[in-house]
Order: sequence, then structure tokens, then C-alpha cells
Amino acid sequence: MSILVQTDACVGAGQCALVAPDVFDQDDNGIVLLLEPDPEGADLAAATRAVRLCPARAIALSTA
Amino acid sequence: MSGPARVVIVGASIGGLTVAESLRDEGFEGEITLLGDEPHLPYTRPPLSKQILAGEWRPEQAAIRTAAELDELGIRVRTSRRATGLDVEARTLHTADGPISFDELVIATGTQPRPHPVLAEASTLRTMDDALRLRERMDAARRVAVIGSGILGSEIASAARKRDAEVLLVGRSGALGFGGVGTLLSEDLVRLHEAHGVELALRAELVAAQSAGAADAPDATALEFADGTTRTVDLVVTMIGGTPRTDWLASSTLELADGVVCDRLGVAAPGISAVGDVAAWHDPITGRHRRVEHQSNAIEQAIAVAGRLAHGGEGAPPVPLFWSEIHGARIHAYGWFDPERSLAELPTAAESAGIVYGSHDADGELRGIVGWNAPPREFRTARAAVVTTARPLIHHS
Repeated sequence: MSILVQTDACVGAGQCALVAPDVFDQDDNGIVLLLEPDPEGADLAAATRAVRLCPARAIALSTA
Repeated sequence: MSGPARVVIVGASIGGLTVAESLRDEGFEGEITLLGDEPHLPYTRPPLSKQILAGEWRPEQAAIRTAAELDELGIRVRTSRRATGLDVEARTLHTADGPISFDELVIATGTQPRPHPVLAEASTLRTMDDALRLRERMDAARRVAVIGSGILGSEIASAARKRDAEVLLVGRSGALGFGGVGTLLSEDLVRLHEAHGVELALRAELVAAQSAGAADAPDATALEFADGTTRTVDLVVTMIGGTPRTDWLASSTLELADGVVCDRLGVAAPGISAVGDVAAWHDPITGRHRRVEHQSNAIEQAIAVAGRLAHGGEGAPPVPLFWSEIHGARIHAYGWFDPERSLAELPTAAESAGIVYGSHDADGELRGIVGWNAPPREFRTARAAVVTTARPLIHHS
């Protein structure tokens, strides 16, 4: 599983950095920064929750 | 596994789709059918009044899932399918194309724009098709009037300014609103609009409108206000709020007030839940049933309902979280806001250009925050300090 981010869709709500702080951060404008593109274990579970919570659908999980 | 065999979801926007996806996240293996009355596969609505209207995005960029992805998740999507009635006892949904039986039904039909009493035919915005039509009309309009003092009115005014139109923003009340924050941010919003060349007409009631087409402006409309002033514009957009789409439930036994009345877990009746803008969940903070028209609320309600349907769990009640971008200003709000108590600026790092406002309750507890171009870390820090336990916001005597 790897994480894909679409920064032009990001609205900077910060849900991802809040629920998966080891996977996501935000730049000074609030836009998502990907810290860990291939999370495992608890980080993967947190990232999955972040994907679902993102109000802009700016992050996705890829099985590729 | 136990649980329902067949879940039917009415409404294929973010709330309905998130229920379907989250059911799969939770390991639900039964049948999932998602009905939408639009011809499109699910897409996100917030960009409609922002990137789509401003011409920055193509419609495909708002799409959430491809047909292949939905297929792979085992979510059967039926587009252009309208629900027409519901038999609660028989657990049968009626649609324009025939009845569908279910074990669990989730209602996620959202809202529709309230027509303006004077301008029932004016442009408004709910769907992708509305946004694309409106964008086309904006291309041809030099003078735009936006009627409505809420977030959407401000966003459309902002999008029209981005396209260099002359913009008049009209509100019947004396203040601009920002969702659950109410009018507490009005002064900041007024300053923001004025700094970006939007003309504001607040406490202005539109009493008449008539076609004023001329050779050089065939679509012109003359607006007349209660104080006798008039204004001619090329395009009028009305955004005076939404009404829950519950017409199709009128003959059912569900309790409808302003929306589908639900308990604090989103249950409307045995086997029937509701999520998103259409759903009036019982809110322990205010002690009332109330609807919340924000994307994040729909998502969190959908996740909670899916968890409950899949294995009976009770999710945490959503905390309001909403955002906007108006004339380039990023505004985020989280928590609850008492309209009677003004916002206080919270301390931020000295070099910070943004502002974090706090809303405190009668006991001095932080209950809501607003970030205005706030550095993300400061907003997240402030957010962690917001008291979200189920204690009342306002003490009723």
C-alpha cells in the first residue's frame, strides 16, 4: 500500500496531519506534505482513516 | 458475519459514498447499492463554488471514484435514479424505476437551494451541472449580483471577482455569515470583500426584478430594493440557503422537521439512518435536533453509521469542522460558536501573519476556533485545546 496526494485539491483542513502525524504534515499554507509514502502497521491504519476523513479527497491509498 | 445483508443508500454525494466505502473498510461483505439522481458518478461539491466556478478545474478533477474502482469495492452505483417514496414497515424504497427492498437504508439526499421569492428562476448552485452553467453565464457577464450573505454567497462573489466581473453582494441581514460561526466573523469578511473590490449591500431587501435586456446586454436584469434603489446587472445568482430534500419522504412514517429527525447515532427508524445535510441528528451539545451543512460533518456521520451497521459500534459524534477560501484568504473553523459571545484572538507566534480566534463558553472553556490564514501547526495546537465533551454550550435558565 502506498499513499498518493493531490496537492491542488488539498484545502488544508489538516485532518490527515492530526490523525496520522507520522505520515502527513502541512506546509505553511496548510497544504499536505507526505512524510511517509509507504506506511506500515499502525501508521497504515491511521493513514487509511486520514484518507476517509479528508474533506477534499486529496489523498488516496494505492495498491499499485 | 452477522449484520444486514443488503444496504441501500439514497444519495450518491460525499455522505452516501463515504457510508458505502466505510462499510467495506469495516469488513462488511453484504450487498451495497448507492442511488443518485444525477447522471454523474460521485463527485465532491465544495470545489463547485471555488475551483470549478473560477475555471481552475475541469469537472473530472472533482470526481471521487471511477466506475472501475466502485466495481472493485463491490458498490453498485445507480445514477439518474430518483427515490420517490419509502415504506418504513416493509423496508422497501420506491424509485422512478421500481421498488428496491433493503435490510438497512441510509438517507443521504442532501439539500436543494431555496428559491428566492422574487427571483425564483435565477441561477443558483448545487450540482456540477449548475456550476458549469453558471460558469458559462459568468463568462458573458460584466456585472454580477450575488444575493445571499452566507459562505456560498461570499465564495461566489470571490469567484466572480477572480473573473474580473463587477460584483455586488446583497444580504438581507446586516451581517455576513460563516456557517456555524454565525455572523461573528462579519467585520473581517466585510473588510476582505471591500479590499477585493466587491460592493456590499447589506440590510438590502430585493423586492422586484425584471428583464432589462438591451442590445449590448441581452440578459440584463433590473433589481429593485426596498429602499427604492435600483441596479442593473447581467447575472443574478441567489444563494439564500438550502432546504433538506425530503419531499419524497412526505408520505412515509418518518419524522420530518427541518430534515430527517434522527437520534444521536443517526437512527431515524428501525433499519433506517440518515447522514449529511439532510439529517437532523440529536446534538448533545445544544440538546436539540439540528442539521449541519458541512462536508466534514457528512463524512464523520457516514463513518459512524457505517461502523454501527457493520458491527454495532457507536462512533464519536462529529465535531463541526468547515473551511472556505474567499479572495485567497484561508478560513477554517472547528467546534461550536455561541452567537452571543464575540471571538477573542488567541496568542500565536510573533512572526505569524495569520490569526487564530477562539470562542469561549460561559465557564471560560475554549469551545471553538477560527483560523484566518493561520499557520497549520498553530491551528492544530489550538484545535487540540478545544473542549469537545458533551457539555452544553449555553446554559439555559
